Amino acid sequence: MLWETFLLAQRTIRRNVLRSFLTILGIVIGVAAVITMVTLGSGATAKVTSDISSLGSNMLHVRPGQGMRGPGGARTSADAFTVEDATAIANNIAGLKAVAPTASAASQAIHGSANWATSVTGATNAYLDAQGWQLDQGRIFAVNELKAGKAVCLVGQTVRRELFGNTPAFGQSLRLGKLAFKVIGTLKAKGQSTFGTDQDDIVIVPLRTLQRRIKGNTDVQAILVAVADGVSTSAVQREIEQLMRERRGIKADQDDDFHVRDMKEIIDTLTGTTTVLTALLSAVAGVSLLVGGIGIMNIMLVSVTERTREIGTRLAIGALESEVLLQFLVESVVLSTFGGLVGIVLGIGAAGSAAHLIGVPFVFKPGIVVAAFLFSGAVGVVFGYVPARKAAQLDPIVALRYE
Amino acid sequence: MSPVPKKLLIEFRKIAKVYGSGVASMRALDGIDLQVGDGEFVAMMGPSGSGKSTCLNILGCLDTPTEGTYRFDGVPVEHLARDQRALLRRHFLGFVFQGFNLLNRTSALENVELPLIYRKIPAKVRRAKALAALRAVGLENRAHHAPGELSGGQQQRVAIARAIVGQPRVLLADEPTGNLDSVRSHEIAEMLREFNRRQGITIVMVTHEAEMAAYADRQIHFQDGMIRSDSRNGGTS
Repeated sequence: MLWETFLLAQRTIRRNVLRSFLTILGIVIGVAAVITMVTLGSGATAKVTSDISSLGSNMLHVRPGQGMRGPGGARTSADAFTVEDATAIANNIAGLKAVAPTASAASQAIHGSANWATSVTGATNAYLDAQGWQLDQGRIFAVNELKAGKAVCLVGQTVRRELFGNTPAFGQSLRLGKLAFKVIGTLKAKGQSTFGTDQDDIVIVPLRTLQRRIKGNTDVQAILVAVADGVSTSAVQREIEQLMRERRGIKADQDDDFHVRDMKEIIDTLTGTTTVLTALLSAVAGVSLLVGGIGIMNIMLVSVTERTREIGTRLAIGALESEVLLQFLVESVVLSTFGGLVGIVLGIGAAGSAAHLIGVPFVFKPGIVVAAFLFSGAVGVVFGYVPARKAAQLDPIVALRYE
Repeated sequence: MSPVPKKLLIEFRKIAKVYGSGVASMRALDGIDLQVGDGEFVAMMGPSGSGKSTCLNILGCLDTPTEGTYRFDGVPVEHLARDQRALLRRHFLGFVFQGFNLLNRTSALENVELPLIYRKIPAKVRRAKALAALRAVGLENRAHHAPGELSGGQQQRVAIARAIVGQPRVLLADEPTGNLDSVRSHEIAEMLREFNRRQGITIVMVTHEAEMAAYADRQIHFQDGMIRSDSRNGGTS
């Protein structure tokens, strides 16, 4: 009986193709919009997560100052760290993969007639590990280069391109300010960071070189701590805070004059933001599903009125109330789920091309497709019920004579 | 010659139908007694508002009486619920209407199949029975035409096929020739009489044309919600 009803419904719908199409348009647009939003949102989340992971996920950043303390929070100046602080962390805290003290300075890089404003990072080889930098060509710093503060450098792809163009950079030299540096290696490209900065616009020199020859001090601006897998970053974070308080002589009632930031928190914050945005946009798109449902109800009510005589005839022939109800309910559900299917196809297509356009990965979520399909079916049931019940409860005598 | 005693199929006792209430109430049927035997062909006549249509609706279990008892084949049916009456119609009654009431844009064959769908008869059997019914009304070569492609007389023949396809006990016809010209009217009435004679289907037909009523075995005249006369054609009874 249900199969007969289904066949009848799809035949009735096909009889009025244009009207049926317009009826389901709301559902089509609603489902397509929700699927597009959710797919793009998942893509954005995936991109944010992978971008930040490329900065190193089990990573703690130790910096002087109190960091950002919310609106109106003051940023107090504080003493910089030293290389000894980094050594103390490495020696006193267990479960660390790498401890990388760094400092940086803005500088003008010059090679021949090419000239490029970039950022110079002073670091050790641990920094390369911690940040996931890989060499394209050349080698990492030798121990004596680090100790003696030799004028050698590794260049990122942007700097390489701007200064050397198509000629190989490896083995060449460049000037940072007044100093000539030998390029001992080039770094593989990392692309844009989540925050929109070009990560490849970088020159890395030994920390000591930067401190002595460029900045003229012994400051360490940040200590990057890579935590070993399976070790709790929050536990390590507390230990570092304790150690630094001791070393910096902070009394028990004083606030820290440094901060330790867990990269995981940043991932959580950013993915939290994209999730909320996705949810909001999907909710807005969901409203059109509601509107689509009302469209179906409207057309079904018109259809019941138009087919009053047919309903009367069916009732006279012996159709039960429940059978007439089912007939119209199935019709609206077939309409709405068909709209849902079309919407799913359109939504996936739209999400695919939009993901390509705005440069986020296309993350296909089968769950949302199933949910959208079921929801469109539910829309058919909910909004088809009132018209179907109206049809089922018609008085056959009145309906038979309806003109 | 005494008439062959027929098995009682329909029995009305003091059936009344009242519309409205209080002073404004209107007694469409005013306590009628009526008996129809199995296999009879009855014509019900009378001016509009005389109660003949109300009587047919109650006979067809489309409507319930306000007062009185109605036994169908010995079973009291006046208090049956809506769905139970629907099942009774489905299995024992066939309807023919003045306006044909065929489903638009649905082939003649599918129209005839409709009652069998509600009886849950499998598609193959259903198709064969529907074709047989169309053959019986002489329209098997029009099986795949939609009602819009058929003449009025042909449409009414499809409607008759639909009414008799399930071999009902009673066929109820509400002015079946009301929308047809004289020639077609006679064809339809003749056809109804054939089904009555050949298959023994009891027929109750409402009409206001004496010519059509003449095809029936028995004529009942209604006036003001009551039966004025009840006579058998040919003077028997």
